[in-house]
Amino acid sequence: MSLVIKVEDLGKLYRLGKVGTGTISHDLNRWFAKMRGKEDPTLKLGSTNDRTQKADSDYVWALKNINFEVNQGDVLGIIGRNGAGKSTLLKILSRTTSPSTGSYKTRGRIASLLEVGTGFHPELSGRENVFLNGAILGMTKQEIKRNFDEIVAFSGVERYIDTPVKRYSSGMYVRLAFAVAAHLEPEILIVDEVLAVGDQEFQDKCIGKMKDVAGQGRTVLFVSHNMVAIKNLCTRGLFMRNGQIEFDGTSQQAIDAYFSSMPKTSEKGIIPDDYPREYNTGKVFMRKIQLMNNADAVIDEVFFESKIKIRMTLFVIEEIKDAVIDVTFTSRDGIQITHSTNLFDDKTFFQLSKGEHEFEITMDNHFQPGNYSITTGVHLENGLTLEYLENIFDFSVLRSAGSDKEDFKYDWAHGWIRVPATWKQLS
Amino acid sequence: MQQEEKWDLVVKPQSSLFDINFKEVWRYRDLLVLFVKRDIVAVYKQTILGPIWFVLQPLVQTIVFNFAFSSSFSKEISGCPYFLFTFCGLTCWNYFAECLNNTSNTFINNASIFGKVYFPRLITPLSIVTSSVIKFLIQFVFFLALLVYFVASGRSGFEMSWYVLLVPFLIILMAFLGLSIGIIISSMTTKYRDLRFLIAFGVQLLMFLSPVLMRVSENPRIHFLQMLNPMSSILETFKFVFLGSGAGTISWMGLLYSTVFTIVSFFVAVVIFNKVEKSFMDTV
Repeated sequence: MSLVIKVEDLGKLYRLGKVGTGTISHDLNRWFAKMRGKEDPTLKLGSTNDRTQKADSDYVWALKNINFEVNQGDVLGIIGRNGAGKSTLLKILSRTTSPSTGSYKTRGRIASLLEVGTGFHPELSGRENVFLNGAILGMTKQEIKRNFDEIVAFSGVERYIDTPVKRYSSGMYVRLAFAVAAHLEPEILIVDEVLAVGDQEFQDKCIGKMKDVAGQGRTVLFVSHNMVAIKNLCTRGLFMRNGQIEFDGTSQQAIDAYFSSMPKTSEKGIIPDDYPREYNTGKVFMRKIQLMNNADAVIDEVFFESKIKIRMTLFVIEEIKDAVIDVTFTSRDGIQITHSTNLFDDKTFFQLSKGEHEFEITMDNHFQPGNYSITTGVHLENGLTLEYLENIFDFSVLRSAGSDKEDFKYDWAHGWIRVPATWKQLS
Repeated sequence: MQQEEKWDLVVKPQSSLFDINFKEVWRYRDLLVLFVKRDIVAVYKQTILGPIWFVLQPLVQTIVFNFAFSSSFSKEISGCPYFLFTFCGLTCWNYFAECLNNTSNTFINNASIFGKVYFPRLITPLSIVTSSVIKFLIQFVFFLALLVYFVASGRSGFEMSWYVLLVPFLIILMAFLGLSIGIIISSMTTKYRDLRFLIAFGVQLLMFLSPVLMRVSENPRIHFLQMLNPMSSILETFKFVFLGSGAGTISWMGLLYSTVFTIVSFFVAVVIFNKVEKSFMDTV
């Protein structure tokens, strides 16, 4: 195992507000400090990067005190909420911007895929653009020539290769662009969320390509919100928060750290008034969402196959005639598993007057043993959302079935849901 | 611990002033060639006349200026028709102006590429200058054809002299002058966009202060001011070589001044560019 990337004390400072068009006096100030051999005065000011808090300084650290090392063959997944500094880190590592403090060292050729089709010129033909784009990504003309037939075959646009790319459909454009990127042969591949664009087939191609690169013992750095991709692909995970590395370990551990860092309800499902709500119109507030057992005690663990009972309390500010309340169950990987609403399951709307209302949802428990999260919302018949709380409540389904039924005795289970089934031997 | 010494790349916030990795620029030479190809090919796609426009453009410009200024400026010129004089001046000036204008927009025009992929940023201004040189050479060949025609028909005199050897040097000098000033401006426009607008008509204005459409002034004070412009002695020499002493003069002091000016601004440009290329994405 040899080290291919070593990041030491990396930091990046941004100026808030009028980004870029900084005042001349600020510039002169910094310049004077530098001339006298002093520290850049703005570097001291920056506050940590927390976008929900109002800044007390004009400068903010998008990244601060970043230290990590990457070994050859590591497939490193970088996760974190929006604004955690993931993309800034990739930008610095792919050299499109420079750090404010600290340094990093790398060994081997780096290719970064922050976007596909960079530098495509609409007037040029597909053929010309393959060469141009390949050269921009760091290939030599010889390498492109050698791979040209393969690139074209991979893209599946042979027929149009001498047509200007402005005549391409967006799908063809992306396929050709990705085909070029896929034939890069870097020692280190840096990938931003290019996977977010394109259809399923394209995304699968991207993942497949990264698997290839990783399989050849090369190094991949990968930023994504797609936890499943991270989990399947990455050997290591880096969880970032507010511009700092919060956790560095296996990808599964990093994903767990990421989910447990989400804002949670304080005590037993009671949502405080100052809870950072993702979305709220001010017409209705959810005050409580709790999981109950048969004895009406609040719990966060459910016995295997025992009924799920959820109680929630809404405080209504303005009368609502046609409320639809929904609960979505998600896995810890962020996958939505199942969903229930009063409209779909009971074909009713709730009519809510001003004041407090309580609801109870009971449902069969078909979940496999494991950890789950609940996302809930209040909507109108016309689809308008009044209140939305993401991953507000975590619970686990135990292997134990309690006293009266049979436990789940096996070491493993695939997926999240158990569909009742019977097995018969016919011959 | 032994590994520590063999890093291929070390990135730090600050670097020394002349820290330009020419080896890396050389490694990306294919990209330079492709950029040049793109610049030249893409402009005239979907046109009927295609590359003929390279010649047609200065020709039309020359005709227009001839109508406008022939009566007032042609008296000062002897030994060649005013038409040839203007064409010669405009070809050189356009070449310089294009180098300057296009390099000064390097960062802004390429922000979308620069923000996504790293390659030595110097490739872009170098490719702009290279494609300008190619365009200039096409126009220059056309100019030579015109010259042959006018000499053959007896309307212009041409004496072959050793001064012709200066021409390649003049062409390089103009390119580097445009490149250097363009880079200095481009580095500043990433932050202060005002310069973009100033440059657009600044270059136009400068043309009328340079001996492009006319001779250098006889008035010693104006003459001195005109010669402060490093392009002036280049243009004068160029015209002297091809159109004779009635159209230009040669001054070694003037050429020395232009050369020193170019070298100094080139170094300033390299230093500034080197500083800006690392962090311009945050300011552009």
